[in-house]
Amino acid sequence: MTGLGKDLVGLEPLSADQLRLILDTAEPFKEVSERQIKKVPALRGKTIVNLFFEASTRTRISFEFAEKRLSADTVNVAASGSSVSKGETLVDTAKNLEAMRIDMVVIRHGSSGAASFLGQRIASNVINAGDGKHEHPTQGLLDMLTLRDRFKRLQGIKVAICGDVLHSRVARSNIWGLTKLGAEVGVCGPPPLLPRNIEELGVTILPRIEDAIAWADALNILRLQLERMTAGFIPSLREYNRVFGVTTERLKKAPKDLLILHPGPMNRGVEIDSDVADGEHSVILPQVTNGVAVRMAVLYLLAGGRPGPQQAAGGDEA
Amino acid sequence: MTRPVVIRGGRVIDPSTGGDAVADVMIDDGRIGAVGRNIGSPDGAVEIDARGKVVAPGFIDLHTHLREPGQEDLETVATGASAAVAGGFTAVCAMPNTDPVADNQGVVGFIVRQAQRAGKARVYPIGAISVGQKGQQLAEFGEMVGAGAVAVSDDGKPVMSSHLMRTALEYARVFGIPVADHCEEMTLAQGGAMHEGLVATRLGLKGIPAAAEEIMVARDIILAELTGGHVHLCHMSTRGSVELIRRAKEKGLRVTAEACPHHFTLTHEACEGYDTNAKMNPPLREAADREAVRQGLRDGTIDVIATDHAPHHYDAKEREFDDAPNGIIGLETALGLAVSELVEGGLLTLPELVLRMSTLPARLFHLPGGTLATGAPGDVVVFDPAAEWEVRPERFASKSRNTPFAGRRLRGRAEVTIVGGEVVYQRT
Repeated sequence: MTGLGKDLVGLEPLSADQLRLILDTAEPFKEVSERQIKKVPALRGKTIVNLFFEASTRTRISFEFAEKRLSADTVNVAASGSSVSKGETLVDTAKNLEAMRIDMVVIRHGSSGAASFLGQRIASNVINAGDGKHEHPTQGLLDMLTLRDRFKRLQGIKVAICGDVLHSRVARSNIWGLTKLGAEVGVCGPPPLLPRNIEELGVTILPRIEDAIAWADALNILRLQLERMTAGFIPSLREYNRVFGVTTERLKKAPKDLLILHPGPMNRGVEIDSDVADGEHSVILPQVTNGVAVRMAVLYLLAGGRPGPQQAAGGDEA
Repeated sequence: MTRPVVIRGGRVIDPSTGGDAVADVMIDDGRIGAVGRNIGSPDGAVEIDARGKVVAPGFIDLHTHLREPGQEDLETVATGASAAVAGGFTAVCAMPNTDPVADNQGVVGFIVRQAQRAGKARVYPIGAISVGQKGQQLAEFGEMVGAGAVAVSDDGKPVMSSHLMRTALEYARVFGIPVADHCEEMTLAQGGAMHEGLVATRLGLKGIPAAAEEIMVARDIILAELTGGHVHLCHMSTRGSVELIRRAKEKGLRVTAEACPHHFTLTHEACEGYDTNAKMNPPLREAADREAVRQGLRDGTIDVIATDHAPHHYDAKEREFDDAPNGIIGLETALGLAVSELVEGGLLTLPELVLRMSTLPARLFHLPGGTLATGAPGDVVVFDPAAEWEVRPERFASKSRNTPFAGRRLRGRAEVTIVGGEVVYQRT
């Protein structure tokens, strides 16, 4: 059993064993965040740069908590806009950071491929915190961990990813991760928001939200970016909610109770109704909690931490 | 006064006469003097031993970006013309998307003079269709033709206005020049970075659907029928386009087309790993499209091979895929790719290859050359179709290095290139 390699740019390149390794390593880290003193020394002396070219609250804070709870030293760089408009290229930015002797870079960037581009050019570990429409691997992993918590397995469960799949890096990471571990994945959304050839990734296309609800064990409901309306993909948010919104009324017709996931931030009343988001089957907040544990596991493994996970979470900060 | 040249013992292929036999070729006073057996050597002649090699009219590229004026850090007329002769091309047609745009006789004349000064390949400017390539007002075709333009195109930008395209096709008839179109329906293609398909879906890149090209191909064919003008369709990349052109030709319309070596060699899988050297417009498509382009070249639906030589700086390609510019250089790999993929692949014979790289390009754009007939310009290439070589961009004569073919082993390379009776390239 090997580790993860140098970088985590996506779930597509990972094997089922590597995915399981991350999820299994995340388990003991959950408990660290429940302690009075939420800190272990695993990454003491490591320096991590959180390089965010796109605005992010949840993911950035989650990574920062994960890093701090592992005792790493962290620096946040918020670089707005693309490298081009900033005047310095991405690779120059990263090489300058590396010249200050860092160990890891967590990157969020608006361009697909930015994380692997960086990983190929610097020696530090690179973790993709979302690149364009490509992947958001730690989000995929935390969704998988949350599903595994509830179903006790991923093999054979049916997960429908609903909404703007075309522009969603979360959808792609979920598709790769879940299918590799034996889950069945469906996608449901207005056809203009479904990418071409998506069925060739081994997913089922569910034409209507009613079909998704009838089919799935869990719904992962994607955020609808409001600018999709002006770009001509959908007529209006109101109609989107009417046709594709996940509502209590629709869920009542489901043959079984469905687990409800959402990567956030939510547009209440658009892709998801408030009573669904706040309902008893929603795991939207447990997803956020799991996000810290999954990110701790990824950081720990990429830093060379040994797979035996119990050791990682052991030992309070002296 | 240049010395006469005698090329001895090569396989002389001249599709313009149907000739294909071992012979000598004598060039005197800048023109083809004689083709035959055991030609005597004029006083002071340069003797070239072409045994085991092919002697053909020099290749003519209908689609080159030379970047001068305006982006001389990427390529100049002189370096581009040097790259051309190193690839066996004796003439190239320079696209007008320079800075300033070649939309008037001044810029067109400047390019002609720069080429004369460089003294390598002949350079025939293509004038812009519209002023500033802005797609609104017709450029002065007549004055540009007077200054040396051989065709018009807004290449790099599609002609979105069907009215403008119609007008251009009608007006171009006065001067007997083709209108070359970059077919791309912009509302479908906007923001796209590669072909729309499975690879784009996986990589999370916005795709350019094949339909974006095909809609404009269909439009241009309809307008060619309406106007009787000659439309030349640039860099065809989809199976749908090939089918549309096939039907247009069956109807006898004045529609001609070109395909690029990258489109008959690579597919969108080359973009894996976000390789920006595989980013081009039109994008690399699917295997079925590549096959259709190959078949189009085989059966003549696609008339000619053109390079779309598009130099870019290293830095410009060394960035995020979305931000990298489109295009690759092609003058020095075109022959090798055409021989390796099409001749070795059993799709074209060597005479057919020369037809698509020399004879027909000359005929389509009414250029001198493309023939070894007595009295024709002394523009000749000697190439070795069996020579195997590795693509080493650092050795290119071009100023730029942006190619997805670095390290690839190819068969077929130019040995000697002669322009106007003068040896302008000899492989060392």
